[in-house]
Amino acid sequence: MRITQGAFSFLPDLTDEQIAKQVQYCIDKGWAVNVEFTDDPHPRNTYWEMWAMPMFDVKDAAGVMFELNECRKTYGGRQYIRISAFDATHTWESLRLSFITDRPADEPGFALERQEVDGRAMRYTTRSYAANQPEGSRY
Amino acid sequence: MNAIDKTTTAETKRDRYAAGVMEYRKMGYWEPDYEPKDTDVIALFRVTPQDGVDPIEASAAVAGESSTATWTVVWTDRLTAHDKYRAKCYRVDPVPNSPGSYFAYIAYDLDLFENGSIANLSASIIGNVFGFKPLKALRLEDMRLPVAYVKTFDGPATGIVVERERLDKFGRPLLGATVKPKLGLSGRNYGRVVYEALKGGLDFTKDDENINSQPFMHWRDRFLYCMEAVNKAQAQTGEIKGTYLNITAGTMEEMYERAEFAKSLGSNIVMIDLIIGYTAIQSMAKWARRNDMILHLHRAGHSTYTRQKSHGVSFRVITKWMRLAGVDHIHAGTVVGKLEGDPHTTKGYYDLCREDFVPQNLAHGIFFDQPWASTRKLMPVASGGIHAGQMHQLIDLLGEDVVLQFGGGTIGHPMGIQAGAQANRVALECMILARNEGRDILHEGPEILKEAARHCLPLKQALETWKDVTFNYSSTDTPDFVPQATAAE
Repeated sequence: MRITQGAFSFLPDLTDEQIAKQVQYCIDKGWAVNVEFTDDPHPRNTYWEMWAMPMFDVKDAAGVMFELNECRKTYGGRQYIRISAFDATHTWESLRLSFITDRPADEPGFALERQEVDGRAMRYTTRSYAANQPEGSRY
Repeated sequence: MNAIDKTTTAETKRDRYAAGVMEYRKMGYWEPDYEPKDTDVIALFRVTPQDGVDPIEASAAVAGESSTATWTVVWTDRLTAHDKYRAKCYRVDPVPNSPGSYFAYIAYDLDLFENGSIANLSASIIGNVFGFKPLKALRLEDMRLPVAYVKTFDGPATGIVVERERLDKFGRPLLGATVKPKLGLSGRNYGRVVYEALKGGLDFTKDDENINSQPFMHWRDRFLYCMEAVNKAQAQTGEIKGTYLNITAGTMEEMYERAEFAKSLGSNIVMIDLIIGYTAIQSMAKWARRNDMILHLHRAGHSTYTRQKSHGVSFRVITKWMRLAGVDHIHAGTVVGKLEGDPHTTKGYYDLCREDFVPQNLAHGIFFDQPWASTRKLMPVASGGIHAGQMHQLIDLLGEDVVLQFGGGTIGHPMGIQAGAQANRVALECMILARNEGRDILHEGPEILKEAARHCLPLKQALETWKDVTFNYSSTDTPDFVPQATAAE
């Protein structure tokens, strides 16, 4: 399967040139760009690990691409990596864009567990197959 | 029309309260020198008096009948601070290019309204005057809601930002579809449509306004099958999904029961119809706020009073009321789809939903600066007769904080519902990618879609099926304005 979180998961994987253009768009808007990674891509896992602090003062996409490549050297092919852009404007103060740049070679996906309760009602749990393994050895 | 006689008649108190019938303009409801206070509610009416009725008198009558007046003088006014409670019409302008109609500006003191009650606000402003005999027609065009009053409402239960955070979806419009056919599917078949659409790539599916609990599908069956579909699609894609479960019912008790059941099954969103009424809407917004639920409002029935320019209530007023009342989604027009929507007027609605401060913009039908004072933002929904081939136009017109709903444009895809959903999602993502890269999507849009269709057969088929289908009729509700609104003397 292919996890479809993020803004561009339905497109072919973005090239570095495409990623850099999106990063520059965010920087030009005044947003702080962040590189994050995880090996637990559960849809409600909000807090992926931060590669570093959000890059509040980087004005050139090349700086972000450098950090992304550093992150890839450690986690590329074994974890999910995403770019997110944070807007500190009053009444927003949250993310403005988020998209996956790197995926593990194999994405086993999720099981849906059903617990029958209260007549016909159901409690649903989404469980990542990979997350059965300890952190760091999942993909 | 003839120039308007703007004189008022100063009366002694004794004359003012002599028993009998007196012109409204002489009773203090016409005050051309009045300067509205920052805390006043201001209403702008389009007044069309009966032939022979003086426009100022007609406008003063609207002020009177929407505040303290009745048809005759009453001495009991003198037991009150009546100068404060009288609404004051302070400006009347002829409507440009519309002989016989006038824009009347009326200011209301804040003390005339109950805190946090759309029912009270609307009962005051539109409760009594619309059937007034000296008027041929009357329309509430816009209102300025002062910060002091805005702050007495909770506003949207969730709001755009928190909704995006909960769904983990940023930087692109959300995608939805209304399940079709709107009537007749059993719960099991209905859930099939939800599953296919969500798995294919949509974020949301939606009950239609009249899907409640009919003989062909009991509401509990719908909820159970829909949540199976939502959870299954969520596990298949690793992405948060939702379906607007319509909890509209005949009584509040029944609505609460349906809302609680939706919550117990893990739904992240429920839906209500505008026809349930303002108080019911506010109650459900309070419930949604207490229960971490996104609240979708379908504007069922609004066109009965919003569409005609001469009479009724403008949708921009309904939009303001609904942002106060606390819904999270509101259908606000598509421009290019099958339902009424002038581009400028629609832009005005979208601004009222999403901005924290909306400046006066007569070309968009916005007559007043409207401060929202950090009230959460209301997500507009574009639904009705739109398809993937229009993606560049939709994003250009409506921006990215919007739910684009392709019902027929998903379910009617020749290769099935999943293919339809995928086509829409690919069209959306490629257009956002291109926009962010700085491409001129409005002009290059068709080319961008064609490029994307090279790696996505369903998009290619969607573009071929609907080509350039568009609903190009002239709008009935368009702004009437002169670039520099000046008092006609």
